[in-house]
Amino acid sequence: MKKVLHIRRQKAGSNDAYWEDFIYEYKEADTVATALMTLPVVWEHSCLQKRCGACAVVINGIPRLACDTRLSSLKGQRVVIEPLRKFPVVEDLLVDRSSMMDKLREMELWLNDDAVPDGEKMAFEASKCLQCGLCLEVCPNFYVGGKFGGMAAMAPTARLLNKAPEDQQPELSKIYDQNIYEGCAKSLACRNICPAQIDIENLLVKSAAASIWKIFRKKRKI
Amino acid sequence: MTNNTRISVNVIGAGLAGLSAAKELAERGVYVRLFSVQASERAQSNLAEGGINACLDVMGENDTWIEHYEDTMKGGCYLADPDMVKNLTENAPEVVMEMDRLGVPFHRADGHIIQRNFGGQKKKRTTYAMSSTGKVLVVALIDAVRKYEHSGYVKRYPHHRFEKIIIKNSECVGVQIYDIYTHTRSVFEGPVIIACGGFNGMFPGLTTGTTANTGLAAAELFSQGIEFANLEFIQYHPTTTEITGKRLLISEAARGEGGRLFYIRADGSYCYFMEDKYGERGNLMPRDVISREMAMLGHQVYLNLMELTEDTWTNKLSDLRDEIMHYMSIDPKIQPVPVSPGIHYFMGGIKVDIGHHTNLTGLYAAGECACAYHGANRLGGNSLLGAIYGGQTAARSILADMADSLKNDYALSDGDITDYKYMSDADKKISSVIEHELANGLGIIRNGKSLQRAIDNINNSINNYIQSLDIAGEQQLSDELINRYRFAIAMLTSALERRESRGAHTREDYPDTLEEYRRTSVIKWSGKMFIQE
Ligand SMILES: Cc1cc2nc3c(=O)[nH]c(=O)nc-3n(C[C@H](O)[C@H](O)[C@H](O)COP(=O)(O)OP(=O)(O)OC[C@H]3O[C@@H](n4cnc5c(N)ncnc54)[C@H](O)[C@@H]3O)c2cc1C
Ligand code: SF4
Ligand code: FES
Repeated sequence: MKKVLHIRRQKAGSNDAYWEDFIYEYKEADTVATALMTLPVVWEHSCLQKRCGACAVVINGIPRLACDTRLSSLKGQRVVIEPLRKFPVVEDLLVDRSSMMDKLREMELWLNDDAVPDGEKMAFEASKCLQCGLCLEVCPNFYVGGKFGGMAAMAPTARLLNKAPEDQQPELSKIYDQNIYEGCAKSLACRNICPAQIDIENLLVKSAAASIWKIFRKKRKI
Repeated sequence: MTNNTRISVNVIGAGLAGLSAAKELAERGVYVRLFSVQASERAQSNLAEGGINACLDVMGENDTWIEHYEDTMKGGCYLADPDMVKNLTENAPEVVMEMDRLGVPFHRADGHIIQRNFGGQKKKRTTYAMSSTGKVLVVALIDAVRKYEHSGYVKRYPHHRFEKIIIKNSECVGVQIYDIYTHTRSVFEGPVIIACGGFNGMFPGLTTGTTANTGLAAAELFSQGIEFANLEFIQYHPTTTEITGKRLLISEAARGEGGRLFYIRADGSYCYFMEDKYGERGNLMPRDVISREMAMLGHQVYLNLMELTEDTWTNKLSDLRDEIMHYMSIDPKIQPVPVSPGIHYFMGGIKVDIGHHTNLTGLYAAGECACAYHGANRLGGNSLLGAIYGGQTAARSILADMADSLKNDYALSDGDITDYKYMSDADKKISSVIEHELANGLGIIRNGKSLQRAIDNINNSINNYIQSLDIAGEQQLSDELINRYRFAIAMLTSALERRESRGAHTREDYPDTLEEYRRTSVIKWSGKMFIQE
């Protein structure tokens, strides 16, 4: 069985992209990552088991993880592989996603004090985020440098909202509102794209409620 | 060039060991540069599944850290330094509680942390979050370090590869770094902590870990004269399976929660060989024991997870089930899972003392790249612990040494940058011969002849290659190939010289464990291979 991999390439330091075809003889279990491993193409990989988010690319127009995409599942003989479009290309399929880290730093996302011993379920769900950027790729409202951080920023915020001590809640809620809630038009384009299968809708609802709930609970205790 | 008005510590590797060292240093007001080939989010630490050990004594079993110490020493066949293991196990509860305070969503019931069984341990002391413990730990530490990034104490340098350390007057005074994005080199002064993870790249496709841990940093350090220890001890995890490009781990947690190993007899009945031989806890024997049994069995082994409860699947292992279904097209709830041993962990590595100092002043090592706590065989759940605790310990040693032995008065400049040649396509072919021989020589069961053969074959192919290139000698080859060559020979020589069987090192020709070999094997390159006792 053969596939023609039609790959968008770009030399380091150049702005000119070009296309190159590679013929790849594949086995049933081979993924796009398996094929890329054999080619002289620059791309990012690490875990090869959809646990690290490194290998995010666009395959036949859909943003996906290369190690999570079986060649046999793709229709037709031609497979078009491109780098993510919302981030600057470094070389071939390698993009610079450091703006995602910058955003989290800008949002000042960390715990000021010891975590509370509850909220594990949602914090676990939020911790699953691979920072792969696939959600940002499909989001109609996200652009690099904008105020809206997208789902990739929502997940880390949600973790903190669920684990932060009560006196940090108002501040985190504000961060959440300004960087996530207000920018999200609920198109939920990201819902089915997330390779970590984060329950995005639930996380959104629960995160918005988390701070209010905790403050409410505190009052009730008093 | 950097100025020397304030010292920054250079941490190489941003997995758990690197992150924990960075946090520890920044908390105490020391500036840190955190270099890694990829961002922390991609590090192997994220793959860790089953859990992290500490005696929290929350399961009503009267657990004590002394028992954690004893299990670790016994699991490692009494090869690890007892004082180091004492420090690790006594401080383990504080490490885990610190992670808890950072908001790691450990599994809880009624608000209390729950611990699970893990191999080689008599009591339940493995703290976990489903089968994604490494991921949740990394996320929490990234958040904690972000605070110091914001205040300027930590600067993350993802996409930066370590090339070499800079040595002046017998002190490590800085590092040479290659920016993968811009293809440029720079030098950075200050002491160095190496936290570059295991040496997966020496065994491509055969390990459960990441492709990013190439072993390149370790191999270069070896060539630069850094002492390595116990390189012969490589852990084969009994329950892995081949997927394309790597081995997929089926976490030990699956057996901790009741999974059973068996093979199918000729008459179709199941033989639970580990239980038959070792009794009730047979499935949770240390990994070296199970892998050896499997290697000698000659049957396809399966993992029976079909008896696990609904609650276990839902609340403790749901992500593991998803993974098995996704990559193996098997539903472990209703079908047995075929498994075989795969390379999972490197017990050996850079030789460090109790404070994680190497043999070179100014150079420290922590995490999987360092030979510290695990002796001849690592217990599951001890490596996440060792990585976090090791990072902290190295950081504390630097703090002490800064006031004392470290000079750090060297201002490095671009003039200190030297060339580092990567492998050509022709070099890569020779490298794959090396990798092939290494895998052959360092299987689960070894013998002197096959180890010697692997060494000879590697030497021959390098020599033939040099002749075919018609160049003067070894020095003309790429640095990367020379380093990989020397490091491979170092691993094989360490295995050849240990004429006994112990833990993960099984010698057909020397099946007994010998008291005279209860010592660390130290190997060093100084113009020639050098093995010392
Ligand atoms: C599938 C799997 C499951 C596991 N499960 C468990 C478990 O349940 N419990 C447990 O205790 N242990 C487990 N382990 C082992 C454990 O995860 C690792 O030993 C541990 O996380 C190592 O941490 P580290 O910080 O030393 O290295 P890593 O997390 O591997 O980080 C290494 C860092 O070094 C960087 N690096 C590598 N080379 C270079 C270079 N040349 N230049 C610059 N940077 C470089 C990488 O980018 C990375 O940032 C598991 C391992 C695997 C593979
Ligand atoms: S939310 Fe999902 S898609 Fe977005 S970065 Fe995280 S893992 Fe990737
Ligand atoms: S390589 Fe890690 S997600 Fe694909």
